[in-house]
Amino acid sequence: MFDKYLIVEDSLRATADGFAFDARLGYYRGLGLSMVEDLVVTIDDQPVARDAIRFDETGGGAPLTLDEMETTYDRQWNFGAVATISVVASEPLAPGAHSLTLSERLRVSYLPFPAINSDAKTLELAA
Amino acid sequence: MPPMIKRGVSLYSFQEELFLRQMTVEDAIAFAASIGATGIEVLPEQNMPSFPNVSDAEVAWWKDTVAKHGCELSCYDMFLDTKIRKDRPMTDEEQVASIRRDLELCHRLGIRSMRILVFVRPEILEKCVPYAEALDVHMGVEVHAPWHLEHAWILRTIDTADRLGTKHLGILPDMGIFMKHYPPVFRARFERQGARPEVAQFIVDQHEQKIMAEYTIYEVAVKMQGNKAEVAMAETLRHAPYANPKRLAEYAPYFRHIQAKFYEMTPEATDPSIAYDEVIPVLAAAGWNGYLSSEYEGNRWIQDVEPVDSREQVRRQHMMFERLIGATTTAS
Repeated sequence: MFDKYLIVEDSLRATADGFAFDARLGYYRGLGLSMVEDLVVTIDDQPVARDAIRFDETGGGAPLTLDEMETTYDRQWNFGAVATISVVASEPLAPGAHSLTLSERLRVSYLPFPAINSDAKTLELAA
Repeated sequence: MPPMIKRGVSLYSFQEELFLRQMTVEDAIAFAASIGATGIEVLPEQNMPSFPNVSDAEVAWWKDTVAKHGCELSCYDMFLDTKIRKDRPMTDEEQVASIRRDLELCHRLGIRSMRILVFVRPEILEKCVPYAEALDVHMGVEVHAPWHLEHAWILRTIDTADRLGTKHLGILPDMGIFMKHYPPVFRARFERQGARPEVAQFIVDQHEQKIMAEYTIYEVAVKMQGNKAEVAMAETLRHAPYANPKRLAEYAPYFRHIQAKFYEMTPEATDPSIAYDEVIPVLAAAGWNGYLSSEYEGNRWIQDVEPVDSREQVRRQHMMFERLIGATTTAS
């Protein structure tokens, strides 16, 4: 659901310890963070380790690891809201075009199976 | 003159534009009013970012805004996160507390109908009935495909309401249960994903004949060695029932609100899939006077190839409602 809108266009940027991009939740309502089971990221066809991924829906708060998200019961990723997904990497990302994929696995209580939404985009990292 | 079926719109209908921030909630309300709809159905977990801590000022904004446009809030769509924790499911007590929280917000918003997700167990709802009665909110279990009016799971809610003798527990039909023809937008998307036209036509023909889904799935998956898109298309038949619209008359006392699901309206303002032409006369003859609340769900079937225009789709559905409701009054 809303797959093609998950990765926000033109949002890739370098950070002090890796890179970050913006993303939306592929669902028609907001969802508590504890029900975001996994955010799977690849960059230039290389998988990113789960423990290298950080999430922040507050616009500048302390980012959460995915394990921390799983026990966060008082915060939500709102409908259509843009959150930041950052990746801790040992080497900086080179300027230029990068292929990025994001897959969101959500624990939706009324579904018998997890909801999985995926997007793939090529984003430019400015020099 | 007999009571009239009322026309409403669920904010669910504008999910594409609301998600992308191309419309505001007030834009959606103003649009609904502009086509003569008077009931606005809300999904607090979609439309109220502060949920569940919605302030009195925000509640006042909702009431004032719909009133300003000559509308009222018609229905509250609740959710229940039984799987909020990974290590264990919600206890029954936690489920009741969550629903009670929703009933209270619903009441603060001045809404008297609540859409209950179909998976909520009747024994949980039984425990919520005293709160629903005290707050005067009708809890309607969503009769959503592949369930239907006489599915045994739905009948458990009817039985519970009868046993308790309550008017505050019942059902809330979603018109997706009356899928008379396979939606052209479903077929088109599966063809874009690689379904061969002849296999897609076979699946449509099987649905048209109302052949049990499992036969078609086996034919496509095993005998035809269908590809991924073809098997996925065949599997949608499990969720594409055509229930008997005549049965609505018998169950009318149990529902106050209807989710008028649709996937696509033609430029001539007809629904190529869902049998509103059979449903609306039955509702009118039963004297049912709740809201037919538009629930456009076509965006997810076309957004990969074309811009979504939810307003135009809802406008066309309301043209159809006016025509079909009007025909029932001139006929009587």
